[in-house]
Amino acid sequence: MAKTKEAAPQGYVGRAIKRVEDPRLIKGIATYVDDMTLPGLLHAAILRSPHAHAKLKSIKTDAAKKLAGVVAVLTGADVNDKLGTIPCAAPMPDQKSPAHTVLAGNRVYFVGHPVAVVVAKDKTIARDALDLIEVDYDALPAVVDMEKALEKGAALAHPELGTNQAYKWSLAGGDVDAEFKKADKIVKARMRHQRLIPMAMEPRGCVALWHAGEGTLTLWTSTQVPHLVRTLLPGLVHVPENKTRIVAPEVGGGFGSKLNLYAEEVLVSHLAIRLNAPVKWIEGRRENATSTIHGRDQIGDYEVAVKKDGTLLAIRSHTLADMGAYLQLLTPAIPTLTGLMITGCYKFKAMRMDVTAVHTNKMATDAYRGAGRPEAIYAIERLVDLVADDLGLDPLDVRLKNLPKPSEFPFKTATGLSYDSGNYQGALKKCQELADYKGLLKQRDAARKAGKLFGIGLSTYVEICALGPSKIMAAGGWEWGCVRIEISGKVTVITGATPHGQGQETSFAQIVADRLGVPMEDVVVMRGDTAVAHFGRDTYGSRATAIGGTAIVMSIDKIIAKTKILAAALLKTSPKNVEYKPGLFYDKKKPKNSIGWGKLAGEAYIAKNLPPNFEPGLEASSFFEPPNCTFPFGTHIVAVEIDPDTGRTKILKYVGVDDCGNQINPLLVEGQVQGGIAHSLGQVFFENCVYDESGQLLTGEFMDYAIPRAGDIPDYVLGSTVTPSPSNPLGVKGIGEAGTIGSTPALSNAVHDALSPLGIRHLDVPLTPEKVWRAIRDAKGGKR
Amino acid sequence: MIPAAFDYVRAGSLDEALKLLSKHGDDAKLLAGGHSLLPAMKLRLAQPKVLIDIGRLSELNYIREEGGKIAIGPLTTHFEIESSSLLRDKCPLLPEVAGHIGDVQVRNRGTIGGSIVHADPAADWPAAILALDAEMEVAGPKGRRTIPASSFFVDMLQSAVQPGEILSAIRVLTTPKTVAYEKFAQKASGFAICGVAVVVEAGAARIGITGVSGKAYRATAAESTLRGKFSASLIPGASQKAAQGVDALSDIHASAEYRSHLAGVLTRRALERALARA
Repeated sequence: MAKTKEAAPQGYVGRAIKRVEDPRLIKGIATYVDDMTLPGLLHAAILRSPHAHAKLKSIKTDAAKKLAGVVAVLTGADVNDKLGTIPCAAPMPDQKSPAHTVLAGNRVYFVGHPVAVVVAKDKTIARDALDLIEVDYDALPAVVDMEKALEKGAALAHPELGTNQAYKWSLAGGDVDAEFKKADKIVKARMRHQRLIPMAMEPRGCVALWHAGEGTLTLWTSTQVPHLVRTLLPGLVHVPENKTRIVAPEVGGGFGSKLNLYAEEVLVSHLAIRLNAPVKWIEGRRENATSTIHGRDQIGDYEVAVKKDGTLLAIRSHTLADMGAYLQLLTPAIPTLTGLMITGCYKFKAMRMDVTAVHTNKMATDAYRGAGRPEAIYAIERLVDLVADDLGLDPLDVRLKNLPKPSEFPFKTATGLSYDSGNYQGALKKCQELADYKGLLKQRDAARKAGKLFGIGLSTYVEICALGPSKIMAAGGWEWGCVRIEISGKVTVITGATPHGQGQETSFAQIVADRLGVPMEDVVVMRGDTAVAHFGRDTYGSRATAIGGTAIVMSIDKIIAKTKILAAALLKTSPKNVEYKPGLFYDKKKPKNSIGWGKLAGEAYIAKNLPPNFEPGLEASSFFEPPNCTFPFGTHIVAVEIDPDTGRTKILKYVGVDDCGNQINPLLVEGQVQGGIAHSLGQVFFENCVYDESGQLLTGEFMDYAIPRAGDIPDYVLGSTVTPSPSNPLGVKGIGEAGTIGSTPALSNAVHDALSPLGIRHLDVPLTPEKVWRAIRDAKGGKR
Repeated sequence: MIPAAFDYVRAGSLDEALKLLSKHGDDAKLLAGGHSLLPAMKLRLAQPKVLIDIGRLSELNYIREEGGKIAIGPLTTHFEIESSSLLRDKCPLLPEVAGHIGDVQVRNRGTIGGSIVHADPAADWPAAILALDAEMEVAGPKGRRTIPASSFFVDMLQSAVQPGEILSAIRVLTTPKTVAYEKFAQKASGFAICGVAVVVEAGAARIGITGVSGKAYRATAAESTLRGKFSASLIPGASQKAAQGVDALSDIHASAEYRSHLAGVLTRRALERALARA
């Protein structure tokens, strides 16, 4: 380190600095759960139901128990009455949902439902023993289709509930009926938001360690939310919260799928306690597909009331949402986020959304990158294009006509939200420039003249991030952070926001290094261990920087205020004369009389020259309670060409302009946007979770479930505008999900624009080549 | 993803491998590149008691000219074929097809012999083997026999190689440059929903099609339209017959109708591209 602390380089914030996390990840020397080993470690394997719905007539475990190396074979009868049920943090009023036991009771309710667990001395024996368990199933009719599930006389996913309807929920704002009466036209569409499998690269897994002497439980688990697990798990396994430690080591992808407390985490904790031995369980890929939460799965019927000049008046929606068999942590809440954002970035006067949530014999749905907002923005952005089509207007003009102006912020939506800040026109204009929109239009004209299917798609999106004020959250929406200047002058930052790949080890170090005036390399950011990060509400909903970053800034401010007193004593002046600039405290009357962190830290801990009543140490921690969510926005423009012979879409140009407020590290911002768009490419063009009529998952392997690969990713042109958020002192908003939310409708709109000369109005995602080819063929056939 | 227990033996020669096969019978599976077998074992869809590893038998790994033909050892990897200058020069269809298989890691491990004996209906090689009218030599307890391409692919996942036999050589004739392979891949697996390999020579075309039905086939109806009078103007009409009389597969990735349609589209494209190389 050539530079001293006092002369530290400034201006880390705002620079595209490479991630400090990456070398260990790229070199393969990071520590994931499966890298954990402990003396005497046992291995668990889980027997899962091959049926979507069946009675469990008998389970014979004798042969499995006799296999050499098997330590225990347990079923629901052995464990369920000793454990609590898996919690849902967001139940709706009058919710009708089943109790979610750790292992199946006398029925199984989805393919992949855990039926029994084997614990053995190694994972091979555990796996072999699964084949020796004999289960006698009495198969029952499975409920697979959420629309059929609501028909009279339909089979029941959970017969004891007497209904497949989990709940009904409505959100309304403004006078919807009056606005619909004023309409010149009502534009209607039905859209399906298909079921998706998150498929994180690292499946789930956990290792539990029980210390019988201390009565303490440690659980290493691949989770986004160790603090939420620590809040929820203790009551289920009957270990006090203050004797429970949860560690999320390196996490190989979550995207919402690890924002949960899963049955396996409870089970493995129980096994460690019960057997008084450490136990590891690592999920296989097929288990991951069947038994880790799925995303989306809504069907919406939408109606938009419009004036003939394109003025949007009101939107109405009846939405069906497939919960799956059980509620996981936030399952019922996801469609409500759709409701909150259904008006998108437009000045609707009224809205109403009615959700009917349905239980089926499938894996639970829950938060998956965007969590309810992609459905909303997809719907409204497709609808705006349909409005333009139906009225013969330019989709760009319809958008411009209905966007709030920058001066209208904070902007109250018909759904009751207050969008914090925005310059939607600015992002749109910049995106048009980057895309050479006029040039694209000419290119489209020329291509169409040549008989090609060329389309331009647009989306102007807004989303809700930095969740959120505690009053709207199930169990606290604050975040906690701690900053400690060590005796050596090095800086330790601890965040409760649990970044797990998003890059805050880098961006938080940038923030801290700038404010303390120290080299970034001297700052270490710790996270993911509840014994280290004492409080936290973890990472989801693009909240870590806006809320967690602010808790760190607050802590720095506290340290600086405290240190002024120490600096004054050491500079032999009065605290009111001490001023601070990053890295240096000085006497404003004699600016050369100054002192830096290195000297101050030593004095603060050696504590021989402290002023009276000055507590030793330089550490502060803070909780930040955000006053509002944040609302990032942007515009994405896409140009595509479709091969009419195969139906395959080629992306010719992809331009995105995103505004996530101030940017701590533009490289991280762009990385998040790129990853988000990749998820959209999957949803728009090929990803599809398919269960057959009997509830068998047909897409449980990478042989059948397509995810985007490097070769699928087009060259992006990405830009940004900066409209700071007033909701936090950093002025940041969040960017983890924006790419997914903004690009799904832009891609789909481009395909539909390409198909529009054929009179094709709407196709549901995924827009697979065969689906597009059929539509083209049918449209051409119709013209004949 | 843990296979059931199995024994492993490595054969030191083709003869030893044949003896091991006859000793272990149905309990045994041959392991070459392992790219179909090992995934099936990890899912416990295949549970052989013995794996006979022939992967290191250099006597089965070669590409060489032999009496006017080119002989390819069955253990030759996809990458070795893709990068063979001899093949690029004298049988360019094979390197072109190889480049469509899996990804680089797969091509570095998987072998042409393992693939064609496995007879996956969506694998790429069968299209080329048919279009080249290759001949396969198999070694067995009673000596060696030769199987023409036309009777090599028997049914879904079933080739003409009998229990106790090992594919010992693949032989193809040299071709002109007028060849092409067109593939429409299944998005998840990368296997062919439809793959069409064509060889245009002597005023005719041989067309091998994979992915469309339970086994790869020669598009004989399309071929006969072109035979002896091959010209660009006949290509569209001939291509429309690419799936004539074929019982096409239907699954979640593509309907029978779409597969049949793609057979026509890709046949046209392959023929046009092959012709353009003349």
